[in-house]
Amino acid sequence: MHDHAVLTEGLRKRYGGRKPTAVPALDGFDLAVRSGTVHGLLGPNGAGKTTAVRVLATLLRHDGGRALVAGIDVARDPRAVRRRIGLAGQYAAVDEQLTGRQNLDLFGRLFHLGARGAARRATELLEKFGLVDAADRGVHEYSGGMRRRLDLAASVILAPDVLFLDEPTTGLDPRSRGEVWDTVRALVDGGTTVLLTTQYLDEADRLASRITVVDHGRAIADDTPDGLKNTVGADRIEVVVAEAADLPAAVKAVARVASTEPGTDDAERRVHAPVDDRVAALTDVARTLRDSGVAVEDIGLRRPSLDDVFLHLTGHRTEAA
Amino acid sequence: MTTAELTAPPRRGRAHWAVADCLSVVRRTMLHYRRQPVAIVWRLGFPVVSVLLYGFVFGSAMRVPGDGDYKEFLMPGMFATTMAFGFMNTATAVVTDSGRGVIDRFRSMPMAPSAVSSGQGVADLVVAAAELALLAATALAVGWRSDGGPAATVAAFGLLLFLRFSLIWVGVWCGLVLPNAEAAGALYAVIFPLTMVSSVYVSPTLMPGWLAPVAAWNPVSSTVTATRELFGNPGAGGGSWVEQNAVLMAVLWPLLITAVFLPLAVRRFQRLSK
Repeated sequence: MHDHAVLTEGLRKRYGGRKPTAVPALDGFDLAVRSGTVHGLLGPNGAGKTTAVRVLATLLRHDGGRALVAGIDVARDPRAVRRRIGLAGQYAAVDEQLTGRQNLDLFGRLFHLGARGAARRATELLEKFGLVDAADRGVHEYSGGMRRRLDLAASVILAPDVLFLDEPTTGLDPRSRGEVWDTVRALVDGGTTVLLTTQYLDEADRLASRITVVDHGRAIADDTPDGLKNTVGADRIEVVVAEAADLPAAVKAVARVASTEPGTDDAERRVHAPVDDRVAALTDVARTLRDSGVAVEDIGLRRPSLDDVFLHLTGHRTEAA
Repeated sequence: MTTAELTAPPRRGRAHWAVADCLSVVRRTMLHYRRQPVAIVWRLGFPVVSVLLYGFVFGSAMRVPGDGDYKEFLMPGMFATTMAFGFMNTATAVVTDSGRGVIDRFRSMPMAPSAVSSGQGVADLVVAAAELALLAATALAVGWRSDGGPAATVAAFGLLLFLRFSLIWVGVWCGLVLPNAEAAGALYAVIFPLTMVSSVYVSPTLMPGWLAPVAAWNPVSSTVTATRELFGNPGAGGGSWVEQNAVLMAVLWPLLITAVFLPLAVRRFQRLSK
């Protein structure tokens, strides 16, 4: 096993050849994904996430730099790479006109498992992905979540070392998203490395142990979700009072523990400020407000969200946020 | 099944997998038809209905050079028209696969890259052969006969399939160039006049002077005229070189079309990774 399931160095890709109008989609993109982890690629539309995945999945040839998947150079031996990867999500589809079983059987044959091996693997995967009841129905009748699960099943027929998930839950309802997340976690428990691209901050936060933030074809940050949040700053305390008249009292109480001047939001009767000692600050503010008879509607600590992180790093918000 | 079994496919040569993968893709297309019997009825029903409509509606009103029977004259034309229209099915299948991402999935897999197109092509030829068989049966039922003997008859059907073969590459190329299935449907506007301005329905000798050579040099005309000769059916007449050497041209045209569009289709396929 290689330490890094995916490694890119200075990866460059420009669409449209040498035309002066061509915009670089990848502009010196560096990425290191540790084996056996879920690694998130986070960024807005057009940041270069999908281009990166397409290069790594051998669908697109890069113009410069280096890309290794499972230790193999994708430019030198794409065939060997294809035996070790799975691709699912936006761009790798299943055949709508076939049944779920026929799809897995077709792809199993094309992965060279043989007719019997493909049929057996299809049955296994249908069970594993909870599609037994729908196995012999046409995929065009499947719900969005079932289709994504079939898509995932098709991408793990060969038990890949590295699985690329390109926006696997775009367009799914919350329940189906949860199902896809559970499936991804189960795959990682089985030893697969997952590179996940997403525009959903909570998705990266929940699944990924490490996140690379991508903007304009470059990696602009690479850290754990918590580490990224820490770069933005400390946790914040938030107090919402029941009566607008109590706002000044709340500001005073929060100011006692805050590291900077508290901010207020009059319309929502909310006071917030960054704090260093989280628990002490929370108990102190709660006690002060109770002692002075202020009716509190809500009080709590909030970690900065990845959306805050993105705004902090790039100066602009993600489009999906 | 263990992971070791899964990651170590049997070691065989590339040629073996090119054929095996092609057959898997052919099987996929056949499953499409099996799952959608209505699609088969549509695919096969349209040419059959055309044969009956043109044969009976036009049959009494149309003149054939040399006072031949119009239905005898028309049938080889209907066979060739069906082959010509077939390229739209190739184009539609390819554009649908590339739009949905099925081609991307194939390309991310360790299968033979050629199988994506070769499988589609072989499947199309199998379907075309079935279409021809059904059309011939219909034609026989309405009174068409081949008087050319078994060898010539087989050769005529061979030429028809050869035309269809060459158009597979036009279809694959169109499928990769066009943005969606709707655009592929618009190809009808191109292929419909192409089959009309030919010797399929009317002899080019009866067309205006400027149009006659266009119709005569139409590749579809060469196949139609050649198969009329081979079937021993009434011909469209015409004394130009291309009409006199129809059998030769019915071989050369598909060769030329293949020589142009096969490399174009391959290049377009390779450009997917650019």
